[in-house]
Amino acid sequence: MSESKISIWFIIGSLLTVYGIIICGISIYHLFYPLKDTHIVLDNLHAGVWWGALLLIIGIFYIIFFRPGKVK
Amino acid sequence: MTTDLTFCFMPLFANGLSIVSLNWVDSLIIVIYFLFVLGIGFYLLRFAKTGDDFFLAGRKMTAWIAGLSFVAANLGSLELMGWAASAYQYGILATHWYWIGAIPAMLFLGLIMMPFYYISKTHSVPGYLKLRFGESSSLLSAISFGLMTVFMSGINMYAMAIVMKVVLGWDINFSIWVSSLTVMLYVVLGGLLSAILNEVLQFMLIWLGALLIPIIGMIEAGGWSGMVAKIHHNYPLGNYTHLWSTLGSFNNNPMGINWVGIVFGLGFVISFGYWTTDFLVVQRVLSAKDLRSAKLAPIIGAGFKMMVPLIVILPGLLGLAVIPGLVSEQQAVATGAHSYNEVLPLMLARYCGPGLLGLGITALIAGFMSGMAGNVSAFATVWTYDIYKPLLNKFKHSELDDAHYVRIGRWTTILGVIISIGTAYLVQQFASIMDYVQALFSFFIAPLFGTVILGMLWKRTTAAGGFWGLLAGIISSISMWLWVKLDPGALKIIALSSYAKDMAQDMFRALWSWIICVGVTVIVSYFTEPKPESQLVGLVRGCTVLPSEGHLPLVKRPVFWAAVILIVFIVFNLIFW
Repeated sequence: MSESKISIWFIIGSLLTVYGIIICGISIYHLFYPLKDTHIVLDNLHAGVWWGALLLIIGIFYIIFFRPGKVK
Repeated sequence: MTTDLTFCFMPLFANGLSIVSLNWVDSLIIVIYFLFVLGIGFYLLRFAKTGDDFFLAGRKMTAWIAGLSFVAANLGSLELMGWAASAYQYGILATHWYWIGAIPAMLFLGLIMMPFYYISKTHSVPGYLKLRFGESSSLLSAISFGLMTVFMSGINMYAMAIVMKVVLGWDINFSIWVSSLTVMLYVVLGGLLSAILNEVLQFMLIWLGALLIPIIGMIEAGGWSGMVAKIHHNYPLGNYTHLWSTLGSFNNNPMGINWVGIVFGLGFVISFGYWTTDFLVVQRVLSAKDLRSAKLAPIIGAGFKMMVPLIVILPGLLGLAVIPGLVSEQQAVATGAHSYNEVLPLMLARYCGPGLLGLGITALIAGFMSGMAGNVSAFATVWTYDIYKPLLNKFKHSELDDAHYVRIGRWTTILGVIISIGTAYLVQQFASIMDYVQALFSFFIAPLFGTVILGMLWKRTTAAGGFWGLLAGIISSISMWLWVKLDPGALKIIALSSYAKDMAQDMFRALWSWIICVGVTVIVSYFTEPKPESQLVGLVRGCTVLPSEGHLPLVKRPVFWAAVILIVFIVFNLIFW
């Protein structure tokens, strides 16, 4: 996006960072306090931890590379 | 651990399938998403001042943003819910709608048609028809497009409301009104710019929210071979895992169609009609900053489109492997079992815990909203520029300023959402969402493609030829549809086989209506006076000098990337033959 001051990639990065923190955080919490009677298949993979971490990494990357002032 | 942190499953049915309720983390993720999309709308209000800003995003989008938006606008409820359901119902054959039913047409749009749309500086596809054929064809196309757009928007809303009902137990009315009012607000504020930038954000969320299903699903099923073995075990009489080898005859595959219907009906007429003349998607490309970006955008879109089966078709196939026994909507209503229309949320609930479930639901909501925003913004443009403006000029001869049309665009957006809401309630009366949409496509899209392609590539096409051809195509399509409705036996005549099923009927009806449109256009054109060539400059191939790309290095040329995509497309088809 060229006209607006804030890049859409920066906004996406911000959202993914927030999501990464929330999902990774709650999933790590459940590592220590597992859900009772869960019906989630393959819960032992702890998908929330690594998927949340992935969102966080992508989000931080976008925030840094598309931060306001860096992109014309 | 407190109970509100617990991810709740409610076993409801005897077959053990469940629906879920969100906990506070999932709700928080959804609320944050709504805040972001509305925030983008409010932020972009300051940039949507002129008609070009509001209706064409200022024509300043890069190829990547226009390309992602081009695909995302199509990633509505049909893509996510409908095609996952179709994959469960028909198997891997549903992939044809992503590959042969999209890729060649998208490449053709980028390389052949986009230069004429872009150079003519039209606001819309009906706008191009006005320049090429005059007001009659433009009005006919604009009115039929407007009808189709609000129907599509209603389908989006209905599908979203069903998801919310099935997964969360939300009231259908609540879902329809909350999502549609949110879309209305951000499109009214920021126009196409807001719709496009939100679509890019939604595209990212759709992928990141939905990609976990095939990843964990493949682990559970034991990889591709494990999944195929499980499907064969669950459905020993069905053939769900071959793309082409079962299309030799109508009765050899679950879809009841043959290769002629897929290649010519879907791959040529419907696909080219949708991807090259449906203003919903073409509008995104028209917002590109220059001709090269406009040519590249559909090619970039084609690359991503080719990958979408990973998050839509594969979950449906995995559903056949790990949750067999889903039934049709009518059977579900009668027996209380789950319908295959619910396969995607059921898979989501199967694999996703707190947080991830919220992300997955957000992906579904994002898909529905991007589709709806695409419909609404395209409807606002076509209504304002191709219906309202010419009619106003006819009765009021003074020229109104740009701000007036922006104001009308905003009011039309509101009107479009209200009509869509009404349509959503209408759609509930139809048993199969997908068949209904295919019928709509063949009413308008197939004949429109005949008119546009002849107008763009054949300078002898006349205004009268364009109008009567388009009208004949639309009327013939509706007539065939009514014929089969009144006499189901007519299907074997239209589809040329007594084994043909509903999907085949749609493909062949599209094919016939296109042939009738082209035939009538050609005949009428030969009996009427064509425009002089000087009036066709910038509109027709052979009368227009296109800018050369010879000075660009190979990797920067759209044709190079189109060739790459085409090769990958062929390889994929051979792998899954």
